[in-house]
Formats: sequence, C-alpha cells, structure tokens
Amino acid sequence: MSVGILMLVHTALDRAEQVIRHWNAGGCPVVVHVDRNVARDTYDRFVDALSDLADVHFCKRHRCEWGTWGIVAASLSAAETMLARHPGLGHVYLASGSCLPLRPVRELTAYLDARRATDFIESATTADVPWTVGGLDAERFVLRFPFSWRRHRFLFDRWVEIQRRLRLKRKIPEGIVPHMGSQWWCLTRRTLEAILTDPNRAEHDAYFRRVWIPDESYFQTLARHHSTRIESRSLTLSKFDFQGKPHIFYDDHLQLLRRSDCFVARKIWPHADRLYAAFLDPSEQAMKGAEPNPGKIDRIFAKAVERRTRGRPGLYMQSRHPHDGWGNGFTSAPYSVFEGFEELFVGFEGWLARLTGGRVHGHLFGPEGAEFVGRQPTYAGALSSHPAIRDYNADRFLTSLIWNTRGERQMFQFGPRDSQMISWNLARDANAQISVISGAWAVPLFQAGGDFGALRTEAARLQKIESEHLKHLRSPHAKARIRIWTMAEFLEAPMEGLQAIIDEIAGARRLKRLTEAPKMVDLTGFGQFLQNLKNQGMHPYLMGDFPVDGAPAREDKPLRKPYLVR
Amino acid sequence: MGAWQSYRLRLQRKRWRIRAFRKRRELRPVARRTDTIRPGAILVFSTFRNEAVRLPHFLGYYREIGVDHFLMVDNDSDDGGREYLASQPDVSLWTTGASYKRARFGVDWLNWLLLKYGHGHWALTVDPDELFVYPFCDTRPVRALTDWLDASSIRSFSAMLLDMYPKGGINDVPYEPGQDPLEIASWFDAGNYSIYRNSRYGNLWIQGGPRMRAFFADEPWRAPALNKIPLVKWDRQYAYVSSTHTLLPRGLNQVYDEWGGEKASGLLLHTKFLSTFGSKAREEIERGQHYAASREYRAYAEGLTDNPDLWCKWSEKYINWRQLEILGLMSKGNWA
Repeated sequence: MSVGILMLVHTALDRAEQVIRHWNAGGCPVVVHVDRNVARDTYDRFVDALSDLADVHFCKRHRCEWGTWGIVAASLSAAETMLARHPGLGHVYLASGSCLPLRPVRELTAYLDARRATDFIESATTADVPWTVGGLDAERFVLRFPFSWRRHRFLFDRWVEIQRRLRLKRKIPEGIVPHMGSQWWCLTRRTLEAILTDPNRAEHDAYFRRVWIPDESYFQTLARHHSTRIESRSLTLSKFDFQGKPHIFYDDHLQLLRRSDCFVARKIWPHADRLYAAFLDPSEQAMKGAEPNPGKIDRIFAKAVERRTRGRPGLYMQSRHPHDGWGNGFTSAPYSVFEGFEELFVGFEGWLARLTGGRVHGHLFGPEGAEFVGRQPTYAGALSSHPAIRDYNADRFLTSLIWNTRGERQMFQFGPRDSQMISWNLARDANAQISVISGAWAVPLFQAGGDFGALRTEAARLQKIESEHLKHLRSPHAKARIRIWTMAEFLEAPMEGLQAIIDEIAGARRLKRLTEAPKMVDLTGFGQFLQNLKNQGMHPYLMGDFPVDGAPAREDKPLRKPYLVR
Repeated sequence: MGAWQSYRLRLQRKRWRIRAFRKRRELRPVARRTDTIRPGAILVFSTFRNEAVRLPHFLGYYREIGVDHFLMVDNDSDDGGREYLASQPDVSLWTTGASYKRARFGVDWLNWLLLKYGHGHWALTVDPDELFVYPFCDTRPVRALTDWLDASSIRSFSAMLLDMYPKGGINDVPYEPGQDPLEIASWFDAGNYSIYRNSRYGNLWIQGGPRMRAFFADEPWRAPALNKIPLVKWDRQYAYVSSTHTLLPRGLNQVYDEWGGEKASGLLLHTKFLSTFGSKAREEIERGQHYAASREYRAYAEGLTDNPDLWCKWSEKYINWRQLEILGLMSKGNWA
C-alpha cells in the first residue's frame, strides 16, 4: 500500500519539479495538474523535464482562479487519472506546488499504513465554526456567485445584497450537509473512489460549481457523505492570516518547521533555498515517528495576526496611528498624576520615590520645561525637557514617556501653572491615576507674598484653569481613576488620602503602611490670605472652607509625627 | 474628502508628472544599462552630489539585500563618484549640472526616471546616506518582502528616517570609503518623535530625534520631516510630491493603521552625521540648494562650531532590526 500525490501547480515550476522528484524517489506516484494559465511552451518544457520519471503523469488542465470551481475540477481530474493508473493505492494526498514535505516520505507512508481506513480532511459545519473571512459562511452554499470576487468586487457585493434582500436561495441537493475546511486533504482511495463514482455526482458537481470557494467545501462535504472514519484535521501545515491568505515560510523558519513534526507545510517561499535543500535532502534523518505538533508555529502566526489587528497599546509610530479612542488605550502602562501635593508637602517627590520605588518627576508640563526626575535635560528615549518641543506635541510627549519606560511606574506633578494641553486626554486615559487637592495652588502664592494686586490676578487665573481641568476630570467620558479633594477636606485627614493612593499604586504588592509622613508646609495665616482675596472681590472656592483665623483644626497638632490610619 | 479636493490632487499629480517630463532634458546619460533590467527586478533610485566616499558601501549594502539595478542621478559631482559609478555593471547613471533646488530637490529627476524605468517594478528611492532596514532583513532578501507585499496587495511600504550619530564629536572618527558607517554612527534616539496626520495627503508627518532636540529646540515645527515611503510598486501614474515624504495618489500614503493595529514598516538608517558632514554643510550653505534655504544645514553649521555631541545619556546603541521592532520604531505587522 502506498500514497499517491495529486499536485496542483501554477507558479515556481522549478520548485514543483524538485518536490515531484522527491515524492517520486520516495516511491509515490504523482499526478500533476498545471494551471491552464501557464503558457503552453512553459508547460511543455515542464513536462519534458519530468519525462524521465516513470510514475509521474499529467492530467487535463483547467483554469484555476481563486475561489472558483476550477480548483475542484483540477483536483477531480487529477484524482481520476490517479485512480485509473494506480488502483492499488491506500491513500491519496492533495498538495500544491508550494507544499514542501518536512518528513521523509517513508514516515508518511508508515503513518498512513497504520491508519488505513482514516480520511484526514478538515471538515466542519458552517454553523459551528465562524472561521470565514468576509462573513459569507452559510450563505456561500445558498446564494449564487456569478461575479468574480477578485476582479469584480463591486458587482459581487451588490449581487449578494440583492439576493439577501429578495431572499433568493438555492436548493441544496438532498443528502448534502455543507461542511468546510482546509483545501488540502488526504483521503483513502475508497472514499475518493466513492466520491468520484457517486451516482449523483453530476448533480453534486452542478451544485458546487456555483458555490463560493468550492475547494474548501466540495471534498469536505462529500467526504462526510461517504467516509466511515474522518479525522477532521489536515496533514498539511497551513496557516492563514487575517485576510485569509496563507502565511509563507522562509529560511529562518527552518528549526521551527523541523520541530513541528508535520508531514507537509504550505506555503514555502520559492526562493527559500535552505528550506528546500534541508527538507528534500534524501539523507534526511527520520524525526521520531511523532504526531504532528504545530503548536509553536500556531502561536507565532497568531501573534502576527494580533499585532496586525490590535497592535501594541500605547504605541504611536509610523505604521500605527490609531484614531482618537481606537488604540486600545491612550498610553501603554499605568502612571500617577499628583496635583497640589507638592504645594502642600515639603519634599513630596523624594518622599514618594522612597516609598514607592517608582520614578517621580516634578511638573512634566511646567512652564520652564519638563522637570524630569533629577532635573535631567533629557530622559528615557532621549525625550527633551525643552518646553517648546514638549508643547509642540504634548500628547506624544506623554505617550512616548510612558512607552519608553515600560516596566517602571511613572509619577509626576501637575497643576494649573502647567501647560494644560494634556488635560482632556489625561482624564480619558484609563491608565492614569489622578489625585487632586484642589486649590492648593494658592499656597505658593500665599508663601510668596509681595504685591497683592498681582497675587490676586494670578490667583484668579489659576482658579479658572483648575476649574476647567476639574470639569474634564468630572466629565462622564473620564476613564482615569480620579480622586479629588478640596484642600480643606484633605487637611482633615491627610494620611488617609495618601494611604489610599499609595495602596492603589502598590496594587497587589500591598506594600508597607505609611510610617513616614511627608512634612507639611506652615499654613499659619493661610485662612486670612484667602479672606483677603475675598475682600478684594476674588472668591477662591476650590480649596473649600477655611476658617479665617488660623488654619483648620488639624493645624494645631504637630503634623511632623506620622498619623497612622490603621 | 470631497470630489473637488480629489480632483485638485489629481491635477496636482499631473502637474508633477508633466514637470518631471520637462526636466528630463536636464539629465544627460553617462552609462545607460537599463536594457539589462529584467521584468520584476528590484530597482534603487537615487540622486547624489559629491558622495564618492559613501558610494562603495552604499552599493555593497543594497546588492547584499538583493537589489538588481541602480538608477542614479549625479548632480555635478567633482570628487570622482561619477566615474566610479559609471564603471559599475549594475548602475545606470545620468548627470546634470542643473539646479537641484529648481528640480524640487531632485524629485523631478527621480520622478522622470521612475516614470520611464520604474513602471511595474518595486522601486526603492533612497539617498546615499540612507540604509534601508526592514523586518527580517538579516535572514530574508528584500525580494521576500516585495513578494509578500505583492501577495498582500500592498503597494507602498513605509520606512521612517532614523538619524544615527556617533558618541562624541562628529569629527572625532574619520570615515573611510567602503566602511560601514554604522560602525561610527551607531547611536539613535529611541522614543522622542512627534506625529501628526496630514489631512490633505493623508500621510503622517513625523518629526523629532536628535536633530530636533539639538538644532530646532526653539522652533520644533521647523524640524525636518522623518516620515518616508521609499519602497513602492511603481506605476507610471504615480508621483512623489516632496522628497519621499508624500506620494500621489494619496492612497499610497496610507501606510499606517488607524484602528489600533500595526502595519509592517521598516526604517531608513540615516548616517548623515559622520566626519564628512562639516565640509558638506559648509558647501551646501554656499550653494543654497537645499530645502528652505538650507535652513537645516545652517542650523547644523551653527551648532557644529560648538562641536555638538548629539549623544546623550539616553541614546540607544544600534544592534539589529529586532531591537528597533521591540522599541516600537518599526513593525513586523502580520509578516511572520
């Protein structure tokens, strides 16, 4: 018993010839179908080149266009020729000219000999497997497709639409349950013979001639009808990308293919010299009689499809520039924004860095430039701290920073003195953790002192900017994790607020309880300062209610000592 | 986009093609071997002036990745580069003494050669100081890429310009002919690029890198554009609009995904910042033949007097294309 090879060829005839010789040397008869689109003289040369081989035959030629009946007709002609000439075969294997056997032929024959009654053909009902690209699954069996999908896409689509609207449906022949699967199969001679000699074959052929992509359904359906035992998988390793076109194998896939233990792989790049040399080498050692295991290759190609369709979130580059909101996230990793903390606590940045171990920057969007940690002139990815460069594209500045520092949490200060271009995107970014002590911008003004008229103007400006920013944070579109306290609220229990933020940053790591409190600035007289602003007609409302005399009650206690929440 | 704008872009494209046709008379053939170009050959188109020192490595690099033929325009070189190229069996060479600026920085000349010889071929349009890097370029020839692009019905392939620079002063290590410039200029900026979408042509406008942070910090919008589409399955209806930044018809500029996915892309390693740079900048300022009145070169020259070191603590050292892929500067897309 042996296996016969049907080979469909349309390009790279030199490679096909090599593979045919390989099959033939392994003792397999081969029937070759050459696409009618191949020029006559090229075909003749090809036939000539193979004329020294005894068991290689050529069958009637058909014109093969993708997705049409031609490919099935070619397979049928080749199968008829094969069965007529070699009635004693065990199995018949359908392959293409760009298929490459990965294991010695004797291993394949041994494998098939051990499974004499088994048909290897991927075959599933359309209802169960949503494989198809383009959405036509069940409909490919009941609509008519007179127009070429490749050449007349517009007509193809319109005609499908019209049939849907008018509910035009073809009748499926009796006894036929449509199945689909990979085009490359290996059937027993018995099953193949049954398909070819079926009394209803004329009816079947007439029906499938008008089905869309019949090469994925003709044998898959009829094998179900005739076979006694189907293994629904293809012995040919063939992966498809998101557009339904086969992935191609190159020289650098050599090891991967070797370890896959598959019998045949498709599609091989015709110029992959190393692959052809390695796998067609007659001294090629037997693998180990293992079952095919394409797991690793599957993963690589699945990843490629994912990269093409989803990409790397938070990355903006020359070939990935998602529309607003379509990028699976504005940034690539979580980060924290602190507003008003630096104003309220002395040495807040250093304290936060010690506690969390993350990178704590100053005001990244400050008017004098980006205050990177350590006040460096450049930072990760060679980001410049220059304010004009940063403001030229503030969105990309932030997304680049987060992308460049993957694996290391970034934290920075923000406030109404800073460039506000980023405000809206911050609020909408699910990766942002934003903590705001509103009104704390008044503290530096209070400390600075000086001309009160100028202070009043500045306070009015900052309050307006911050209230605009808070509006963004409170918008229903905001997706960031946002905490907002008025300054008065926060001062009532400062450690509680800090603890909550730090816990969230630590996440599952759940680090230490706060033992070291940051030192708060001296707020004596701040209430009076606010009252003075009010007296000048400028109402500072963002900081909440402060008593005029002295600071809020908490101020009396020494805040230097840690206030432990638990 | 409305029909009206569509029509205007069409007129514009025709104008560039007519202009290229007129400018053809400025080109005088030195060595024409275009009859050796076979169907399906991969072609390099390039224009240069006084680059003799770079040409040996340039040709070697592109031959190595599998380019079949070079079509080059020499703009009045006097350093022997023309004679060198004329003797190469796979180079077709034209020469011109006409104004580089009035040929729109060489685009008209190349548009003409592309129109005449590029039709139906994959055409790679690069300068002598640009090295094309694409996914798997260390294991697969460029034909593997173009075959895959053909199979995927992709007509144009993006490769952003990545400025490479040495560590230390530009003049510290002299560059020798034939040497791999990346041995000296092996550093780059990994992640400081600004990207905007140009609504008129549909392409991305990318700026940044060492040139922006060193020379254009006060006027970042004037920094040179880095987006490029150098590899195109050429058709005689196509035209480059400005350098290889922009193409018409505008569908060719759609080299990026807008719904979150990544398309495949490569990079052009730009090895301009070598010891040869100072004299080049001085010469170009005198000729005033470069973009926006040689503003770029002037900014460099001013910077160079202080001997700028483009290197910074956060510069990244070039290893291979996989490193660039991981950094997110290029992508494999769904090519695996």
